[in-house]
Amino acid sequence: MKEIINLPVKNVEEEEYHINMGPQHPSTHGVLRLVVSLQGEIVKSLKPHCGYIHRGIEKMCEKDTYPQIIHLTDRMDYLSAHINNHAVCMLVEKALEVEVPERVTYIRTIIDELNRIASHQLWWCSFGMDMGGLTCFFYGLRDREKILDIFEESFGSRLLHSYYTPGGLMMDIHPDFQKNVKAFIKYFRKKIKDYDDLLTGNIIMQLRTKGVGILTKEDAISYGVTGPSGRASGFACDVRKHHPYGVYDKTEFKEILGTKGDTFERYMMRMHEMLESMKIIEQLIDNIPAGDYKAKMKAVIKLPAGEYFQRVEAARGELGVYVVSDGNKSPYRMKFRSPNFSNLSVLDHISRGCKIADLVAIGGSLDYVIPDIDR
Amino acid sequence: MDNAALKERILGLVPDAEYQENKQFLTFIIPPAKMYDLAVKLKNEADLAFDFLFCLTGVDMVKFLEVVYHLESTTHHHQIELKVRTEDRENGAVDTVCDIWRTAEFLEREVFDLLGIRFSNHPDLRRIFLEDGWVGHPLRKDYVDEVNIVEF
Repeated sequence: MKEIINLPVKNVEEEEYHINMGPQHPSTHGVLRLVVSLQGEIVKSLKPHCGYIHRGIEKMCEKDTYPQIIHLTDRMDYLSAHINNHAVCMLVEKALEVEVPERVTYIRTIIDELNRIASHQLWWCSFGMDMGGLTCFFYGLRDREKILDIFEESFGSRLLHSYYTPGGLMMDIHPDFQKNVKAFIKYFRKKIKDYDDLLTGNIIMQLRTKGVGILTKEDAISYGVTGPSGRASGFACDVRKHHPYGVYDKTEFKEILGTKGDTFERYMMRMHEMLESMKIIEQLIDNIPAGDYKAKMKAVIKLPAGEYFQRVEAARGELGVYVVSDGNKSPYRMKFRSPNFSNLSVLDHISRGCKIADLVAIGGSLDYVIPDIDR
Repeated sequence: MDNAALKERILGLVPDAEYQENKQFLTFIIPPAKMYDLAVKLKNEADLAFDFLFCLTGVDMVKFLEVVYHLESTTHHHQIELKVRTEDRENGAVDTVCDIWRTAEFLEREVFDLLGIRFSNHPDLRRIFLEDGWVGHPLRKDYVDEVNIVEF
């Protein structure tokens, strides 16, 4: 017994050791593995391992026609499925120089914004749950359900819609669409106050997020961190403002920029963005022009040889679609510049020196969707 | 700076760059040896200030492999596209730009993984999506995989 007692006990506070967070960890929101180097409970460095859900979407695109590719883009960032579809549709329309009816651009913009709100609601509820507030999860999902009901009524699906097609929409909106959207806005304006009461003003949440995971503006630009996470650092990167598409140039909304770039600021950006999205919808919902819901397109879509790039503002940042076409019905090479992939690259940089529990908050505030990282 | 002035400016920095007609971006094909020096100037010179690398990707054009950089300036809001070509399919290498634009670190790993273009001086050039023992690079046009890919 004496020998055992005299064994040298290593001081875990001083020694650096590694733990695997994931691939099946609830706070990574999907199959992502983070190899975290720890000293005590301080994060020294971190290496993300991706690829658990890599499906080779870019390779599959090389065999698919453009209308088929739209169904694949749903499956990247499934929480902003409409916005992903929008990117591919606009790219095809730009390449073929097709003018889409005004009705289509209005409906697309409204649905993009509804999609953004739904995505931020899901982010809010899972962020709350990461921080230990289970009530948030129920509140967020309850309100997101209202948007999904509107989607289901108009085009039959709740998550992976593939509603946009090159040249227009799969079908026209439901006659009750405008009425229901207005009812939702009225409902959610009241409910978003509950969000602030429940989580934003919560002292535990504020102490855990303020001053944690600070990202400077220079680093945000250098790492290509876009979307609400980039804007929290003061990086003016809203594609809707700087390279307008749809009818964003006809609407008034603010590009809200933060100054501190910490976890709390990233949280606040999304809360503000939900309000701005509602403002955009309110300006458009009564003005949807009458007309066709799709432009005439050829049965087989072939893009002229050349290269095309289309940028859109997805819920998590800038989505870029790059196509090299050789004139066939499938692209020669297709690349998706996914926002989550660039946002993930900054995680190591901003979580160094934080506690392991802060890593969960930082990860939550960067709002990953893993299938969009792996593609 | 408008596009014509920007074109002159960049051709002034790299006289042997080739200008390519493109509807959307000003496109330049840069000799691989000149790319790193040009990237430093593009980032640091005040009238250029290309600080945001919003896309980096590779294309297998069969005759050569190509790395495509899309750059934007967040102060002047101008954009350009740069291309670097290598004909060596086995050991073709391009200088890394990940110390200039940090986002390139992951994007270059992706290009290495899927297209097999090497980036010299990259701090951590490993496969990012596929497992370490994977044979070949799937986005190459001559890639054959009898097991996993279903032909349509």
